[in-house]
Amino acid sequence: MSKSRVLMRGNEAMCEGAIIAGCRLYFGYPITPQNEVPAYMSARMPEVGGVFLQAESELAAINMVWGASCAGKRVMTSSSSPGISLMQEGISYLAGAELPAVIVNVMRGGPGLGNIAPSQSDYFQATRGGGHGDYFCPVLAPSSVEEMAHFMIDAFDIADIYRTPVIVLTDGVLGQMTEPLVLPEPSKRELPPKDWILDGADGRPARKIMSLRLNPQPALEEHNLHLKKKYEEMRKNEVRYDTFMIDDAEVVLVAFGLCSRIAKAAIKMARDEGIPAGLVRPISLWPFPEKIISELSSLDRIRCFLDVEMNFGQMIQDVKLAVNGRKDVHFYGRTGGMIPEETEVFRMIKEVYK
Amino acid sequence: MKVVYKRPSVLKEVKMHYCPGCGHGIVHKIISELIEELSIREKTIIISPVGCSVLIYDYIDCDATESAHGRAQAVATGLKRAMPDRIVISYQGDGDLAAIGMAETIHAANRGENFTVIFINNAIYGMTGGQMAPTTIVGQRTKTTPTGRDPYHAGRPVRMCELLSQLDGPAYIERVSIHDVKNIIRTKKAIRKALKCQIDGLGYSFVEVLSTCPTNWGIDPVNSMKWVEENMLSYYPLGVFKDRTKVEVVR
Repeated sequence: MSKSRVLMRGNEAMCEGAIIAGCRLYFGYPITPQNEVPAYMSARMPEVGGVFLQAESELAAINMVWGASCAGKRVMTSSSSPGISLMQEGISYLAGAELPAVIVNVMRGGPGLGNIAPSQSDYFQATRGGGHGDYFCPVLAPSSVEEMAHFMIDAFDIADIYRTPVIVLTDGVLGQMTEPLVLPEPSKRELPPKDWILDGADGRPARKIMSLRLNPQPALEEHNLHLKKKYEEMRKNEVRYDTFMIDDAEVVLVAFGLCSRIAKAAIKMARDEGIPAGLVRPISLWPFPEKIISELSSLDRIRCFLDVEMNFGQMIQDVKLAVNGRKDVHFYGRTGGMIPEETEVFRMIKEVYK
Repeated sequence: MKVVYKRPSVLKEVKMHYCPGCGHGIVHKIISELIEELSIREKTIIISPVGCSVLIYDYIDCDATESAHGRAQAVATGLKRAMPDRIVISYQGDGDLAAIGMAETIHAANRGENFTVIFINNAIYGMTGGQMAPTTIVGQRTKTTPTGRDPYHAGRPVRMCELLSQLDGPAYIERVSIHDVKNIIRTKKAIRKALKCQIDGLGYSFVEVLSTCPTNWGIDPVNSMKWVEENMLSYYPLGVFKDRTKVEVVR
């Protein structure tokens, strides 16, 4: 692909990003609003010598991902909220067995079948592990079609470096909308050798990939502490965030994904009326960029925080933990697949600035 | 001196955790012998299921991965699609394959995935302590059918070979048993054929092995073999249900 600008849908840009990242196997199951992903992959994977397979369920898809990951291949799946719930068992197993994979959640409204409108209500599920057991998944949240493509490069690298499932958390708007973008370059990051894969024990001792550690002690605790160490490394090395008009800000908005763009528009409106507002946009939702928020909350200049989400308040818990009582943390959100309007957010900025 | 019998090198010299009279040991040995005889150890990956045989990787010296309960054939699909030239064996029990993993089983079979499934049917859940399996026979007492399996309450046992042979995908389906020496030899023949089927790229091969669970049946090992013969054979007839290995298959 050349460096020229192209016009693509979010879901398709994400596929192209994955292919540039070297992903050669895709397993998935239809669900709105991410149906463009399996459709695109079914045509594109054969062109690049890869494998597309429509699974019989999300349960099967995530376990096919397990199989291909055992083989050491870059593999991904995608779904939307209800389907991601079904995959949680598999994601827990992947985390336990330290198998790299990329899972994209194009979020829609919930709970239950909910609706097919965009949402951010799977924040808790994504950032708290999601399935059973003691683990985390790194979570990346793009806010544009271009980032949908570019973040796939990073997602696959993080997956391989730490041997972990990585979640790309996006929503129905970002998945469906069309924007111009420049496709990413392949990664230049140095990756560890995959000396754990199962390809037949030829000239080496047999290997096993497992999440079962039955011996009462210290097997599982030791393993979990090993996982914990990896999570600490990720907290140190993989925090990503962006700021906007933060240098003189007195009201700090915190928003991710689509909401960060709405927040930026509201901040411009506030600035037009002389209210110095700014934005911290977490890009890695886990590990959460707590340091920057904590530092800002210690500044006398900062009056308060305003957390904006497409749910009724999930990331706000992480913001409050980072602020740790030093400043008030307000909330504005819409739920059930509704998108906050910039005027609504602007009104809220005015209210909390008073 | 001529060696007429030896332990297959693929079968590790370790103490197995299986109960006396359990059929897993017999089938593990057969698989080990065949991996050696077919010279496929260096390219074989075994999928160990949830159940007593999850520890198969401690006994058979091949690359192996666990899978979540019931998902073995989805894992096998991912592995085989990623590495079509490797040999993939999914070793599963009745709860794993015919209850929680029924969807994965049927769809892998229907796609004609080119791997081999060894299905151990001992009519009960072993690892969890003897609950009703989808293959528990009518009237059989288990932890969850204390007065015997009532077909009007719990349905009738599932015959997997018959069910899968309705599909066009599978290349080879056979049901065998390990209740006596003659049948153990037949079991080996069937599994050899299934593995050959995969090596030749002919598609999905499935061998159901009627097996024992003396501990959870509450019967001693010798009588467990008799129990298979007297109670299982009539409901689960032995034989080949599908064989496309003779026909040229265009994939």
